[in-house]
Amino acid sequence: MEMIHAEKLVYEYDKRDEEGNVIGTNRAIDGVDIDIPQGSFVAVLGHNGSGKSTLAKHMNAILVPTGGTMWVDGRDTKDPEELWNVRQTAGMVFQNPDNQIIGTVVEEDVGFGPENLGVPTDEIWKRVEDSLRSVGMIEYRKASPNKLSGGQKQRVAIAGVIAMEPKCIVLDEPTAMLDPNGRKEVIRAVEKLRKEKKVTVILITHYMEEVIDADQVFVMDGGHIVMHGTPREIFSRVEELKSCRMDVPQVTMLAEELRKRGLDIPRGILRREELVEALCRLH
Amino acid sequence: MSITLEHVKYIYSPGTAYEKQALRDVSLEIPQGQFVGIIGHTGSGKSTLIQHLNGLMKAPSGKILYDGKNIYEESYDMRGLRSQVGLVFQYPEHQLFEVDVLSDVCFGPKNQGLSQEECEARAKEALALVGFPEKYYKQSPFELSGGQKRRVAIAGVLAMRPKVLVLDEPTAGLDPKGRDEILDQVERLHKETGMTVILVSHSMEDVARYVERIIVMNHGEKMLDGTPQEVFRYYKELEQVGLAAPQVTYVMHELKERGFDLSPDATTIKEAADEIMRSFQ
Repeated sequence: MEMIHAEKLVYEYDKRDEEGNVIGTNRAIDGVDIDIPQGSFVAVLGHNGSGKSTLAKHMNAILVPTGGTMWVDGRDTKDPEELWNVRQTAGMVFQNPDNQIIGTVVEEDVGFGPENLGVPTDEIWKRVEDSLRSVGMIEYRKASPNKLSGGQKQRVAIAGVIAMEPKCIVLDEPTAMLDPNGRKEVIRAVEKLRKEKKVTVILITHYMEEVIDADQVFVMDGGHIVMHGTPREIFSRVEELKSCRMDVPQVTMLAEELRKRGLDIPRGILRREELVEALCRLH
Repeated sequence: MSITLEHVKYIYSPGTAYEKQALRDVSLEIPQGQFVGIIGHTGSGKSTLIQHLNGLMKAPSGKILYDGKNIYEESYDMRGLRSQVGLVFQYPEHQLFEVDVLSDVCFGPKNQGLSQEECEARAKEALALVGFPEKYYKQSPFELSGGQKRRVAIAGVLAMRPKVLVLDEPTAGLDPKGRDEILDQVERLHKETGMTVILVSHSMEDVARYVERIIVMNHGEKMLDGTPQEVFRYYKELEQVGLAAPQVTYVMHELKERGFDLSPDATTIKEAADEIMRSFQ
C-alpha cells in the first residue's frame, strides 16, 4: 500500500510585480512521480529553491497541485471533501520550533490537536501521555514551553502531531535551527516513532548524516527528482550530488579521499564503523 | 584592533524569579586579525557574549577593552566602535528592507554620514567582497535566493568597513553548497583584509575547517580555548555539554584504539587522510 503517491505532479504560481500584476509563472514542481510505501522512512534532499518544501506541502494539502495528482493514503488531495482526512493522515513539523507551539504548558500544547479533532477528554490525556513518552519528554509535561531548549521544543511539536495519530509524518528541516545535541534528540525521537508506531516518515533536511538510515532518498533539483535510491547508492555518487549543491557525510568524503589516494576502500561508506572496519582489513 | 574581556558578567532579569546568569566571569583576549570560532549549546551564553562585543549589551561588571581602551568609560566613542565592529545576526536576510540591493547595502555607510558617491563605492566594494554578481545590484533583495540574500546582508555590514566581523551562525538554513560558498568567502575576506573574524557556529565540521582558534562556551563560562586540534581532543567532555567533535576525529580515535600508529588529533578530512596515509607507509 502506498502512503504517498504522486503522478506527473506540477505546481505553478504567478510571479507578480509590486502593483500585483502577473509578470510570469514559476514552476516549483515540474512533473514529479513519487511512491512512498506505508511504514517506510524516506528522506528528501535538495538545495534551497529546489522544490522540496513545496513538495512536502502537497503531502498534507497545504498546497494542491496545479497539474497531475497527489494521493495521500489513497485520497486525492485536490478533492475538498477529503481535505480534513488528508490533514489527519499526514501531520507536519516545520523548521522553527517557536512558530509551532501555542500552549502555555507542554501537555496542553500536545492536547490541542486531538481536542480539535473532537477526541473525548480521557482519550486526549491518554494520547498526550503516550506521545510525550514516545519523544522522551514526559518529565516536562507540566513545564512551560518557553523554558525548553530548541531540541526539546521540536520534540514537543512532534508529540503534538503524534497525538493526532497520523499515519504519516512530514518533517520539513526540523533540525535546521538546532545545536548538535538538539539535532540528535530529534532524529532519535523520529527513529523511535517509526519503529514503535510504524508511522511513515518523510524527512526533508540539509544534514547528510541524518539520512543514512532512510529506506530511500530522493534528491530534488529544479522541481524534478534527479536522483533516487538507497542512501548507499546515493552517497556513492559524490560528484553528481555536488553538482546538485549537495554534500555527502564527512565519513563518506574521507573514504572517497582515501580511495583517491590509492587505498582499496569500497564505495558508499556511510558510517564510522564501516570506515574503521574497511581500514582495519587493509592494515 | 585587539579585544580584551576582563571578568565580564551578565545577568538577565536580575532580582526577579527569571534571573539567569548568562555570563559568569568571562576573560579572554583576541588579537587583531585572528579567525576565531565560538561554539556552545543553545543557552550557553555565546550570543550574549557577542552582543557585548560592540556594546549592544552592557556588562554590569567587568571590562571590555579595544586596543587597551575601556569601552565603558564615559568619554568612549561608542558610535565609532559600532561601525568598527560589525555584527551579522542569525538570519540577517530578515533585516533587508530597501527597494534594491545597492540601496540596502548603502544604508550603513549612509548612517555614518558619508556622501552618496562614497556610499555607493563602499557598497560596490562590499558586494564584490562577498562575491555578489553585479547584474543583480538593481534587483529587489526579496527576489534573491536564500544564499544571495545572506550575502547582501553580510555586505551591508562590510560596507561600514569594520575591523572586526562577528557572524552569528551565518550558514543556518543554507544548503551545503551555499554553506561552503559563504564560509569560503568569509575565509578569503579574512585573508585579504586581515580583518578579525569571530564565527559562532553549531557545525563542528565547519569550525574545524575554517578557524584557527576555538572558544567553547558552557553555562556562561569559557570552558575550553585553543586550536581545533587542542579543543577537539576533549571530545568526551564536549559531548557532555551537548557538543561533539567532527566525524573524522572520532574515526581517528577509533583507529588508534584498533592499533593504528597515528595521532588522533585530525579535525578535517585533509588532516585525517594525510595521517591515515602516513600510518600505512
